[in-house]
Amino acid sequence: MNDAPLLPLAAAPPVAAPHTYAARSVSTVMAWVMAALTPATVYGFWLYGWPALYLWLITIGCAVGGEAFCLRLMGRRPGPILRDGSAVLTGWLLAVSLPPWAPWWIGAFGGAFAAIFGKQVFGGLGQNPFNPAMVARVALLISFPVAMTSWVAPLPLGSAAAPGVLQSLAITFKGIPTDFDGVASASLLGYSKTEMTRGIDLLHSLAHAGAPGVAWGGFRPGSLGETAALLVAAGGALLLWLRIISWHTPAAMLAGIALPAAIGHALNPGQYLDATTHLLAGGALLGAFFIATDYVTSPNTPAGQLIFGFGVGLLTWVIRTWGGYPEGVAFAVMLMNVMTPVIDRYVKPRAFGRDRRGRPIAARRVN
Amino acid sequence: MGLMERLFKTPAWGVHPDDRKQPAAAVPLRVLPMPERLYIPLLQHVGAPARPVVLVGQPVLKGQLIAEPGGNISAPIHAPTSGTVIAIGDLTAPHPSGLTLPAITIAADGADRWAELHGCDDPFALAPEEITRRTAAAGVVGLGGATFPSAVKFSLGKRLDVGTLIVNGGECEPYLSSDDRVMRDFADAVVDGVRIVMHAIGARQALVGIEDNKPEAIAAMRRATEAYAEVKVCPVPARYPMGSDKQLIQTLTGREVPADARAAEVGVLVHNVSTCAAVHRAIRKGIPLIERIVTVNGGAVKNPGNLWAPIGTLIDDLLNFCGVVEAPARLILGGPMMGTPLPHGRTPIVKGASGILAFNAAEAAVPEAGPCIRCGSCAKACPMGLLPMEMAAHIRADSFKGAERFGLADCIACGCCAYICPAHIPLVQYFSHAKGELSAQERASLRNDATKRLVEARAARIERETQEKAAAAARRKAERDRAKAAAAALSTTVTAEEISS
Repeated sequence: MNDAPLLPLAAAPPVAAPHTYAARSVSTVMAWVMAALTPATVYGFWLYGWPALYLWLITIGCAVGGEAFCLRLMGRRPGPILRDGSAVLTGWLLAVSLPPWAPWWIGAFGGAFAAIFGKQVFGGLGQNPFNPAMVARVALLISFPVAMTSWVAPLPLGSAAAPGVLQSLAITFKGIPTDFDGVASASLLGYSKTEMTRGIDLLHSLAHAGAPGVAWGGFRPGSLGETAALLVAAGGALLLWLRIISWHTPAAMLAGIALPAAIGHALNPGQYLDATTHLLAGGALLGAFFIATDYVTSPNTPAGQLIFGFGVGLLTWVIRTWGGYPEGVAFAVMLMNVMTPVIDRYVKPRAFGRDRRGRPIAARRVN
Repeated sequence: MGLMERLFKTPAWGVHPDDRKQPAAAVPLRVLPMPERLYIPLLQHVGAPARPVVLVGQPVLKGQLIAEPGGNISAPIHAPTSGTVIAIGDLTAPHPSGLTLPAITIAADGADRWAELHGCDDPFALAPEEITRRTAAAGVVGLGGATFPSAVKFSLGKRLDVGTLIVNGGECEPYLSSDDRVMRDFADAVVDGVRIVMHAIGARQALVGIEDNKPEAIAAMRRATEAYAEVKVCPVPARYPMGSDKQLIQTLTGREVPADARAAEVGVLVHNVSTCAAVHRAIRKGIPLIERIVTVNGGAVKNPGNLWAPIGTLIDDLLNFCGVVEAPARLILGGPMMGTPLPHGRTPIVKGASGILAFNAAEAAVPEAGPCIRCGSCAKACPMGLLPMEMAAHIRADSFKGAERFGLADCIACGCCAYICPAHIPLVQYFSHAKGELSAQERASLRNDATKRLVEARAARIERETQEKAAAAARRKAERDRAKAAAAALSTTVTAEEISS
């Protein structure tokens, strides 16, 4: 035998099978989710004008900044880790759930809070027990209830009343000027709740509310990227089609809202909103397709996702109906996030050749 | 079976990698010119290594036995060509460790002279046991990659009354097309082999599972089986790992092999198409397993394709014949999903070598691993229904028992999880590591138990000996006392007699 190899290997890294990989990586998954969020977000920019765009930029910037700060503290190079896109997505998800004309510090505080206290304190991507965007939203809602529930009526870009680029900067950084009247408005859920507390039932308070068509189209007061149900659902459909999410969580969550809402409404329409309104209002659709489907904080078996999704939906309906806040998606998601490890512990797939308890199945012979 | 599975007839498990079988699969089979030297490892099968029966310097003929089985589960090895044995010694094994393996080196004389062969014109007149014996003598092992001695499986099938033979023509690994080529070019031989195997195990029907990405192979096999109603060609969806026994059995028969059980327990036995062709050659013509079809493929290969090559050919010889466009960045024995990376090309092909892949730098790029985002892709892909991310989390924390509770023992190392993982976590390596640790622990605990048993046995023996000594001493003492008493009594009597007299 001669000693010199005939064809030396260019490099021989210590590797093992498999030697080939699927094209989809963490950053492409994040990029697709962002792409799915884009239609509803861009519509929000148009609907609420420049302040919405500024808030979106500030929120994402501070989420990325917060993550980079934490990575620096840990002595890691932020560049490669930030490129996975998860910090941008967290900021984006938070931004679309904020009132579009919220002051800059709402976005700044929320973005940084999401990245630092929602995610990095637990060890970064994949380690957080709660959905970071919802952690920040709940923190903001509890700390700054007024700023977080000040909605504006749609003032589309190009319309006469819409604030200009510079005026919008003033709105975002100094607050809504007092002479800029006629914009304060209320979301449907907030309005109906307020009226209920005043003793006016839904039959009267919602007599003049818009038809569901408005909710599908989104020309109404609400969070930055939540109002256009059709566009949010289209984004969700894209994620389903790409198999980035499965149908289990969204379907179960929407069922969890719709079932009790339909029953309640059938029993007492004056007291309980109907299912369509519930599904199209607030963050129900955004939550179902983009928030509750967060990989890190939801169960990873189909059966577990059905339980999780239904729980989120049911809790959302309970909080909306009897809670102190008009909207409950964020609270419901966080409550079910806590349950995720428990669900994952008890709901496991059946392994091949075993029953649900892990014992070998009996052999059934061919013929 | 999930909803999607019933709707689309595609299994919910597994992955669908780009198959990369073309253009290599379409290129006609080429015959490799006989290399000058062949390096034939003595362990090319599951079980004990074969024992050489030739000496250095001894001339051998093509097909002559050069090593006999080393145990009950083992296989003999034959000379792939005529020539002279020039060395019996160590050689780099086709294994990533680069460890050595005993091998016989033969210098070919170029004449390629056959030894006397004993074929059989009517194998169906032979007793099944005789077929099993001849298959064993021909050194036929599972050619799908598992290399389990085929004859051992035949006897098992006969004993467990297997009614159905499943013929594995799945070839689900990307890049590989050796089974495809066998079915296209030697369909009649494969079908004849299938019928001989059926006779050997007493099977009533045979189902040939072929992935639907091999239409030519399906057509060729359909033609070859026209005359035999008992052999049915069944196209199956192209889905990795369709070629895995349990998955193929489930797809073809709907039967799930219980965990910890063998396929034979659900009444089926699985043999690869190439194995069946090898059985045909062994029984009909008496030719032992000394040659096979090897796919040579990968981005670094100039003319990829399938080669008819003798066992023991160096991988470098195969690559030199096919040509390379660049120095391979990685050499793999087998497919890209489960194949073993090789330290260098100076290792020989063995009976189980279905393919040799020479990857270029782009193909060999290993993406950097990131943290798990719990997306569950691995669990969806796992054909065994396990939770790879949970097992990996336990293994990261050195909790091998925890991973075992999540079904580590059921893992077939197919690589679906690591292939699909968007964070590129090397999950299979985690599992291999944990399996190794667990078996080491098992061995250590067996050793401990054995030591404990020896210590206890020693203590018990010492205790017993002490007791026996004490008992013997007591017995002796009692005897002495008795003797004394008797003596005393005797003397008393004597005295009395003396007195009386």
